[in-house]
Amino acid sequence: MRSSQKAFPWHIIVFLAPAVIIYTLFMIYPLIDSLRLSLYTMETQGGAEIFVGLQNYHRLFTDDNWQPRVTGALINTFEFFAIHMLVQNPLALLLATLLASRFIALRSVYRTLIFLPSVLSVVLIGFIWQLILSPIFGRALFAVFDIRLPPLLGQPETALPVLGLVSVWQWVGVPMMLFLAALISIPDELIEAARVDGATAWSVFWRVKLPLIMPTVGIVTVLTFVGNFNAFDLIYTTQGALAAPDYSTDLLGTLFYRTFFGFQLQLGNPTMGAAVAGVMFMIILAGVLLYLFTWQRRLLRNTVEM
Amino acid sequence: MVSRTQPFSKTAQLALAHIALILYTLIALFPVFLVVMNSFKERNAIFRTPYDLPVFAAQGVAEDDVTFSLVGYETVFERGNFPNYFLNSVIVTVGALGVVFFAGTMAAFALSEYQFSGNTLLGLYLAVGIMVPIRLGTVSILRLVVNLNLNDTLWALILVYAASGLPLAVFVLSQFMRQVPRDLKDAARVDGASEYRIYWMTIPLIRPAIGSVMVFNMIPIWNDLWFPLILAPGEASKTVTLGAQQFLGQFANDYNAVLAALSLSALPVIVLYILFSRQLIRGLTSGAVK
Repeated sequence: MRSSQKAFPWHIIVFLAPAVIIYTLFMIYPLIDSLRLSLYTMETQGGAEIFVGLQNYHRLFTDDNWQPRVTGALINTFEFFAIHMLVQNPLALLLATLLASRFIALRSVYRTLIFLPSVLSVVLIGFIWQLILSPIFGRALFAVFDIRLPPLLGQPETALPVLGLVSVWQWVGVPMMLFLAALISIPDELIEAARVDGATAWSVFWRVKLPLIMPTVGIVTVLTFVGNFNAFDLIYTTQGALAAPDYSTDLLGTLFYRTFFGFQLQLGNPTMGAAVAGVMFMIILAGVLLYLFTWQRRLLRNTVEM
Repeated sequence: MVSRTQPFSKTAQLALAHIALILYTLIALFPVFLVVMNSFKERNAIFRTPYDLPVFAAQGVAEDDVTFSLVGYETVFERGNFPNYFLNSVIVTVGALGVVFFAGTMAAFALSEYQFSGNTLLGLYLAVGIMVPIRLGTVSILRLVVNLNLNDTLWALILVYAASGLPLAVFVLSQFMRQVPRDLKDAARVDGASEYRIYWMTIPLIRPAIGSVMVFNMIPIWNDLWFPLILAPGEASKTVTLGAQQFLGQFANDYNAVLAALSLSALPVIVLYILFSRQLIRGLTSGAVK
């Protein structure tokens, strides 16, 4: 600190104050206050807050009105996450591996075009796919190929997997870019050396490239996890706040919205909503910590051993 | 498979890779293309020949064969309030990015330039927001916004988006600020420049990084549905994403209007993306890799 001998370094305060104040007031304070609210109840909307400890959480997991909705949303959210892990990320890795080849012409054109759906809003993507799968326009689209389209978004068994695939279709470009950046940064000499030793393209991928991009695999997993555990827009746009049909597409995000904001005749309940957000917070925190303490630590140890 | 030296199989591999990439590019683009193309057709043609391009009126084209129509766009402009929604989205996005730019570069400069006690701790404090989604604090954000009398105003959205964009911006920008040569700043200090002047001097030196951070922040703000729905659902403060969502729900059976509204909402973003895709991709990779 150069100027500290002369005077109090006001300029440091001036530089930091706007960011710290806005971030604290509109992000950190609401997150903490929301966790606090989850321990309270209000007899009427806007009435006095009464401390009830963990009772709201207890209700979420045992009360007959709440428990089926909470477990339903939890299971659906894990299914949504599983679809992204099993389809989106392997597909992204495949596309990135193809694009990373130095011999592929028009690499940046492919990259830009495949990423395009990710810049459009989830609302647009939801409506576009709802239209394509709709019984009216969709029927016209598929009738050309003599396919009778079942109402994929109207059946409880198919709605969630289909919406999962729509989400994969929209977001696959993001992990693809991250994998691509990691693959490109692998030194050519490493791959050449393996090739000289007689390794095939297949084994170079599994034995050389994949181990080297493991940090990116970890980051992609965490980003997918955090993204899916507060997903909301796609379900709300295509299936409404009630996550039709029969709550079969209900995610934690839509449950959170319905609980605290209300829908149709049910009034919003801020403290129960805060409790749902608290559950989501714990799950996300657990996921991020698991990543930091297992994945990153293992990677660090491996690098040290190397 | 010792195919490395055989030219034919190398070509075959390349061809296969291209086929796979072309196939996936088509899957990625075709739904969007289908919507935009059909938005320029009249209703019957949308259902009868959904894969055909619109047929324009011209010499030699029978009047019954003309399928080009702007009726959907007419409905959108007559019944929707899109110019206003669009303006709101521009104000919110530019406003939030402006706050992220000034507050973010200033904080990043202070964290990278000065060795004060608590520097690392403050950096960590600001970094917490990178991983925790701001949506989880919505219950309290709504209360705060109502208490500040900011509900149904664009200010609420600007401040919330600024708060959620700042953590990553400060984190990435301070990495780049550290790479600015110290000699340059010390020379300016010897010449009597104030610390504020030195801050302002470093901004152009990391312009590409700032561009990436801005473009990377811009898209989620423009596309967000959650906070406009909860904090500013009033007609006067609606953004394009919320306005389109409600218009599309209301006119669900007017296919011309739905297709036109979808195309109108998508086109500005597609144009911006084509202009700024390089910055966006750099922002995406620099943000996550670090």
